[in-house]
Amino acid sequence: MTVPILFARDICVTIGSNEILKNVSLSLPKGSLKVLIGPSGAGKSTFLQTLNHLIPHDSGCLELNGKEINLNNKRELYAYRQQVGMIFQDFNLFDHLNALDNVAIALRKVKGVERQTAHNRAMQELKRVGLEDKATLYPAELSGGQKQRVAIARALAMDPTVLLLDEPTSALDPELIGEVLAVIRDLTRDGLTMVMATHQMDFARALAHEIVFMQDGEIIEQGSPEELLQEGTSSRTRDFCARLVTAIDDKR
Amino acid sequence: MILEKLIVISDALPYILQGAGITLIIVAGAMVLGLCLGVPFALGQVYGPPLIRGAIGLYVWFFRGVPILILMFLFYFGIFDLLGLNLSPLTTTALVLGMTSAAYQSQLFRGAIQSLPQGQLKAAKALGMSRWQTVSSIVLPQALRMSIPAWSNEYSIILKDSALAYVVGALDMFTRTHFVASRTYEHLTLFMLVGALYFFITVIGVYFLARLEKKLRIPGYTA
Amino acid sequence: MDPFYTNELIPALNRGLVMSTMLIIPSAFFGLLGGILVGTFRVFGPKPIQRLFNAYTAIFRGVPLMVQLFILYYGLPNIGIYFEAYTAAVIGFILCSSAYNSEYIRGALLAIKSGQLQAASALGMSKTQALVWIIIPQAFRRALPGCGNEMIYLIKYSSLAYIVSCIELTGEARAIAAQSFRFTEAFTVVACYYLLLVSIATYLLKKVEKRLAIPGFGTK
Repeated sequence: MTVPILFARDICVTIGSNEILKNVSLSLPKGSLKVLIGPSGAGKSTFLQTLNHLIPHDSGCLELNGKEINLNNKRELYAYRQQVGMIFQDFNLFDHLNALDNVAIALRKVKGVERQTAHNRAMQELKRVGLEDKATLYPAELSGGQKQRVAIARALAMDPTVLLLDEPTSALDPELIGEVLAVIRDLTRDGLTMVMATHQMDFARALAHEIVFMQDGEIIEQGSPEELLQEGTSSRTRDFCARLVTAIDDKR
Repeated sequence: MILEKLIVISDALPYILQGAGITLIIVAGAMVLGLCLGVPFALGQVYGPPLIRGAIGLYVWFFRGVPILILMFLFYFGIFDLLGLNLSPLTTTALVLGMTSAAYQSQLFRGAIQSLPQGQLKAAKALGMSRWQTVSSIVLPQALRMSIPAWSNEYSIILKDSALAYVVGALDMFTRTHFVASRTYEHLTLFMLVGALYFFITVIGVYFLARLEKKLRIPGYTA
Repeated sequence: MDPFYTNELIPALNRGLVMSTMLIIPSAFFGLLGGILVGTFRVFGPKPIQRLFNAYTAIFRGVPLMVQLFILYYGLPNIGIYFEAYTAAVIGFILCSSAYNSEYIRGALLAIKSGQLQAASALGMSKTQALVWIIIPQAFRRALPGCGNEMIYLIKYSSLAYIVSCIELTGEARAIAAQSFRFTEAFTVVACYYLLLVSIATYLLKKVEKRLAIPGFGTK
């Protein structure tokens, strides 16, 4: 069996007396896309943030390429985070930097890349997400979809081995979701390893290698989209999706 | 040693506290004058003809750009004297602080007036209100309410500036403290005492203005 | 021209202007520095330090600057600490303006969304790197109008140095006025000096603000 790129073992997070995550484990083979689904409050977002150690876990461990990360060592943590990119629901672009500098800043300050090289690389990444003509615009001048694409370019510029996406389209107006999903689809084709929390079931069905269904801080089911979503199977995932679809139909 | 200081304080306190009354009169006078001049100035600057707007702009520029100390000297020894006015130090201080506050308050009200949505003016017009009716019953009640938080700021600034009454010799809190200090040579104790008094008067005033703001608050109305 | 102006008033005021500038510039500089320090500690510092600096800010903003200057110059000798008039004035200005500036810095730091820090960490930035490259540039821009205003106030309140017998613009004007009994003229001219100083400072601050302006940033 090949070693997974990223392996999270028995992650537990308790905030106050609330158990947010209960022994969650996830193994991520190279080039795979795993999609986290589940009701809001299931712990998807918390789990993704513990994978990048933005939220510290109380027990459990993280392994990158088979090697456990010593999270108490600041150096090792910062190096680990450079390899694990993160896309946020509300973009979190740096408000005082234009699109190009948003992508270039971490290259320059964290990786120590020289300014011109960093800018060239940033331009290349902006091209990849189709925004080379927006390089000089500031976050406030971009649409939501454009902001999220810049955020993706920013993460890609660090050459991450894994990309974590925390509901990347849920803060977007419906007509802007498509452009962001198209970029993510291209990334799966390029073979980037990713974990993504989303409510976009059509997207998950079409592209996910595995769907992971979470509820109340636990992984309830995981398997290929075929296994979990096929007509006639009675999985919790399928129930959840059916309800999701009716809910959307009701709204219409 | 400590007993000695306590005796100095207890001897001086009644005399200094009488000065607190004078300080408060100065502050109240200045705030009211600032309000009475500030409102028409703001209206003039928003709705007035260019000449009026220019004149008010000049006034504001002058009073906001010149130190109050200089204004006190200029008016007390200079302008009031030239005009043949024989004003007491107390009146002079209240007038100078009031005229300065008018410059600041006018800008406060101007900002508030200009932040009102244009739709309300249209609605008032559509109801057949005259310009003056619109201003007095729609614009001002809202603008004044919006200005209350900034008002408590103005209060604490004027209160602190009122200590400048000392340079013309009004018998306010600060001047009295200075008198006692130069007799007893207990400068440190006495000025720390008067500092604490200013601090408490600020806190108390701000507290009451916050209560006033709460009382006049309109549900869902955010300024 | 009246020789009163050319021979007496203007040369005296020019002398005063030099003194005033020597009061204002170090006070403005260290006042800003102190404000950044105090403001940052009030947000990111350990709890006891936060409380200490909050108290400092409340006291120095709540007590008239004149009282502070009197304590420094006339009060401290009671316990054996002596300052020159100039030193007392500069210390007073720095302490007071640090307190006011810290309020703007603190507000600016609190206004920065937590997502900014998160995104910086997610890219592998250390806390210091995130502070230097992301948080401070944003906070500085947000605090600039307030701190600029504070500088304008400082120019005007530098006149209080006269009260602790440090002879700058106000002191020179007062002396000439008392000598010549030409109060209105002397104080009008010195008023113009201050107006000029304030106008120059306002102009420069506007320019800096414009240079650092970012579309859509800090307008909400």
